[in-house]
Amino acid sequence: MKIIQATIFGAAALAIAYTAQAQDYRAQAISMMKRDFHAKGIAGMDRLDEDTVQKICNLSHNNPPKGLAERLQQDQLEDIKYPADGKFLGDWKSGEKIAQRGRGMTWKDKDGKTSRGEPNGGSCYNCHQIGPDTTSFGSIGNSLLHFGKIRGYGADMQKYVYGKIYNAKAFNLCSAMPRFGHSDTLSEEQIKDLVALLLDPNSPVNK
Amino acid sequence: MSSIKLRVVVALSGLAFACAAQAGQTATPVKVAAQTKKAASKSRSAIAAEFEKFRDIMEEASPAELFEAKGEELWKAKRGPKNASLEKCDLGLGPGVLKGAYVKMPRYFADTDQVMDAERRIVYCMVTLQGFKEADLAKKPFSSASKTPDPVSLVTYVAGQSRGMKIAVPQKHPKERDAYNTGEEIFNYRAGPWDFSCATCHGADNLRIRTQDLPNLSSKEGAIAAFQGWPGYRMTGGLMHTLQWRLNDCFRQQRFPEPGYVSETLSDLLTYMGVNANGHVYKGPGIKR
Ligand code: HEC
Ligand code: HEC
Repeated sequence: MKIIQATIFGAAALAIAYTAQAQDYRAQAISMMKRDFHAKGIAGMDRLDEDTVQKICNLSHNNPPKGLAERLQQDQLEDIKYPADGKFLGDWKSGEKIAQRGRGMTWKDKDGKTSRGEPNGGSCYNCHQIGPDTTSFGSIGNSLLHFGKIRGYGADMQKYVYGKIYNAKAFNLCSAMPRFGHSDTLSEEQIKDLVALLLDPNSPVNK
Repeated sequence: MSSIKLRVVVALSGLAFACAAQAGQTATPVKVAAQTKKAASKSRSAIAAEFEKFRDIMEEASPAELFEAKGEELWKAKRGPKNASLEKCDLGLGPGVLKGAYVKMPRYFADTDQVMDAERRIVYCMVTLQGFKEADLAKKPFSSASKTPDPVSLVTYVAGQSRGMKIAVPQKHPKERDAYNTGEEIFNYRAGPWDFSCATCHGADNLRIRTQDLPNLSSKEGAIAAFQGWPGYRMTGGLMHTLQWRLNDCFRQQRFPEPGYVSETLSDLLTYMGVNANGHVYKGPGIKR
């Protein structure tokens, strides 16, 4: 309910910022894509539909008004399913593999699995520096090397990192980072393993 | 083609025949490339020795030229249900005028009342002049180990006729300006399970996925990457690809559904990037990592 209200309010507010002509091009772009694309494998045509967050970010060039962003971030925060057992730390060794693996969610993959039958990857190294031994890392995200050492290992930090991986938009509405739990890309167990990669004192990340 | 480059092509075709004779099959450019590569790794064979001799020249002359030669042959041959050549195809500068046409596309064409990029226009000519069916051409439009589709060689040939020229994608016609603006919206449109748009990966300077540099295609300096080296012979996989393939594969990585081959969506994206690249000099079909 809340989400819908915020969208209507937000879209109306942003429509003013977006010129009428730009809105025409945007409408044309969307209807053109809906005409020109076709579903392939698990990638259905519904993937071209914007959800609330995407729409607000698109309309505001990833720079939404502060009040609106806070309100929508709150909705995203409430969407996060934290582990029922209250534990956030899994196995960092397994987390490292998930961070390395970049496959999943494309035409050739299956629901929740890659085309090779492995669980989806997080492709974290595509964007972040993480462990000390992997020099092949991307630069879209910030460095996460020594994450626990710098930021601390406490329960609050564990909860934050779990939530950030589950839904990055809960903390930064138009973040470039995907919402790995929200999009059913990664399972609860996989996210715990990634939290361990960043926050287990024994993980190479914190050596 | 300069005489040195011509010699390379001739030499490579010679090798191709040697390889083909060995393998007992006819050689398409793709097989030539794959087999010469294979031959080079078997360093002691006679073919490899022959290949080594040409290696230095090879590094200057791109394997893309093999596809240019193949494309030229296809352009001039009478083919298709209408048994016609493509020599009357109008790429915007008049029927049959190829020199400089590639660096001025995408552009508006009055006969279709549409903005079309090079591959879209060539496919259109194959349909209207030669009688091929667009649906057939769209079935397997990208190079594979077993086949380089004809439009790929044709685009490479046409692109070669703009080597060394300045990119000048036109913005005079209102539909050309519409294509740019719509292309920009598509470029920035975030959607799908991972919330990606083209701009997520190509919308700022100095971005990398792992160690691969991602050009900022929204900038004047970066947009040249959407032209330079394309169509390109990809070292990874050893296949010749056009921008239709590159954009298709980026939409896959974007976790979107699949865009239609030579669709208006892709033409508009190419218009957006092409206009951003205006003024840069196009070096011709090339090699890609
Ligand atoms: C497409 C790029 C991209 C991918 C893939 C990605 N991230 Fe991020 N990530 C970012 C960006 C950009 C930021 C910084 C902006 C923000 O906070 O949203 C970020 C921020 C973070 C932060 C918060 C850092 C801080 O200082 O508080 C964590 C933790 C994180 N990412 C972990 C991960 C993990 C684990 C994965 C893989 C499951 C991952 N990221 C995948 C782009 C990405
Ligand atoms: C998730 C990341 C990602 C997204 C989203 C993405 N690309 Fe790419 N793009 C890449 C990578 C990786 C390469 C290859 C770079 C290389 O090979 O060095 C690339 C290469 C390219 C190139 C060739 C650049 C060159 O230097 O030759 C073009 C043009 C391009 N992309 C356009 C697009 C367009 C248009 C879109 C949106 C439809 C898009 N990309 C979306 C990751 C992405």
